[in-house]
Amino acid sequence: MLKDVSFGQYYPVKSFVHNLDPRLKILFLIGYIVAIFLAREFLALGACALVLIVAVLCARIPLGKVLRAVKGILFLVIFTAVVNLFFHSGDKVYWGGEPVLWQWKIFRITQEGIIFSAFLVLRLCLLVIGSSLLTYTTTPVALTDGIESLLSPLKLIRFPVHALALIMSIALRFIPILLDETERIMNAQKARGACIDSGNLFRRMKAIVSVLIPLLLSAIRRADELGEAMDARCYSGGNARTKYKKLRLTWRDPIAFSVLAALIAGVAVMFVFPVFPI
Amino acid sequence: MKALEYRDVSFSYEEEGGFRIEHLNFSVEEGEFVAVLGHNGSGKSTLARLANGLLTADSGEVAVFGTALGDKNLYEIRKQVGIVFQNPDSQAVASIVEDDVAFGAENVGMPREEIGKRISFALRAVGMEEYRTATIARLSGGQKQRVAIAGALALKPRILILDESTAMLDPRGRKEIVGVVKKLNEEEGITVLLITHFMDEALLASRAVVMNRGEIVMQDAPSRLFRRGEELVTYNLALPRIAEICNRLRAGGMNVSDALDVNTLAEDIAKCVS
Repeated sequence: MLKDVSFGQYYPVKSFVHNLDPRLKILFLIGYIVAIFLAREFLALGACALVLIVAVLCARIPLGKVLRAVKGILFLVIFTAVVNLFFHSGDKVYWGGEPVLWQWKIFRITQEGIIFSAFLVLRLCLLVIGSSLLTYTTTPVALTDGIESLLSPLKLIRFPVHALALIMSIALRFIPILLDETERIMNAQKARGACIDSGNLFRRMKAIVSVLIPLLLSAIRRADELGEAMDARCYSGGNARTKYKKLRLTWRDPIAFSVLAALIAGVAVMFVFPVFPI
Repeated sequence: MKALEYRDVSFSYEEEGGFRIEHLNFSVEEGEFVAVLGHNGSGKSTLARLANGLLTADSGEVAVFGTALGDKNLYEIRKQVGIVFQNPDSQAVASIVEDDVAFGAENVGMPREEIGKRISFALRAVGMEEYRTATIARLSGGQKQRVAIAGALALKPRILILDESTAMLDPRGRKEIVGVVKKLNEEEGITVLLITHFMDEALLASRAVVMNRGEIVMQDAPSRLFRRGEELVTYNLALPRIAEICNRLRAGGMNVSDALDVNTLAEDIAKCVS
């Protein structure tokens, strides 16, 4: 269950998307998210989906991996779908324009509700898959290099950009380790008779404390050990540091940029002039 | 030349009840392979941390190749003294092998091309070249520790300290690590301080040192040290099986050599029996 959260899990293959500049990939993701939120109709969202499918194919990420990202937030997706299915009430309902397909007390399903919740689910899935594509195709180190480079103008106002980037990369690196650890602690507590997966919500919350406290302790211990290991390897802050990996633009970057620019432009046009409004 | 020298070093932790190191005098010659043995809390890890300034002695001084450790030369000393720690999962800074090996070299401001060469050198030395772009999380414990050794080697240290680096590994991983370290000692001439509580690892060393409650209580060539089995037991250390067999054979009147090698032992027994 815990392994399903796929963030920080780089998928090591060589591909077009893997070789894009991490700085641009971050900007692309931001642009892509903007496009998704600008999309107000299925045609626009479909264009977003098409670009994403092409990107996933170019990235050579297996379908299972991609779906795992969605599985991680399956609860959220279902929750969104159900709530919108039952409670979505567009203006037309109030004016009596939209036929109600099914109704029981305050729960009401309309055709518009079905369409709208499908739209939201699709949007949510695109968001998650898009974000996980960034972490699948970019090593945490490249990602933080990218963020560091994007934030570097802030050095002018003495913002500790390097420290922030290092904190992020270490946090990313420790996610899989702490997930393993969580699983181990949960098993250990279960072996001692703790009921973590059963009982009502309140009881489960209480049980989870018995997992969180050892986890926190272990994280602090690891932080201590890592600090020592970094010290032993001459870490002294960001001032005199050099970087082994230098970010360089390649021929791939303009191609990806044009595709994304076209997508955003298209979606923006449809935002202003809807083709098939919902 | 003395690679590492503790001159009259005293050190104690702030918490009560722990051991303290008092007036410790100990040195390691250049190119030596020294095993430091001791049960938990005997002070052997403290010895490692004093060697590169992770801990500072209360009094006395620690010298690396004749230079006393101080605040000003801390980073120069750390370049020469590489330490590999116990836990394979909490030493790597980066997720990819080459990025992690590069970390130390980046820290000291080495130019890019040089860092690339150092990564190749370090990974070759530990036999992990083909894992250069692998994800560390997917490696085995032994491989992770070999990457950690490579991370230390990237700074081209003249002394390598392994602080219980094999304690969390399976037998196979332990073999990998000890083999790599032995090779580095022989081929690269790196001085090695192997801190461990696995007695059989000491067999490879040229000298073994036993610590107990912050004191060095025994030191000798491993084979001679293992003849004093009863004394070792008082320090909560158990003999490697082969050494124990040898000692029993000797007690029974057989004349076996000190080689502590299965084949040699078999030959010796054959000689005695015939």
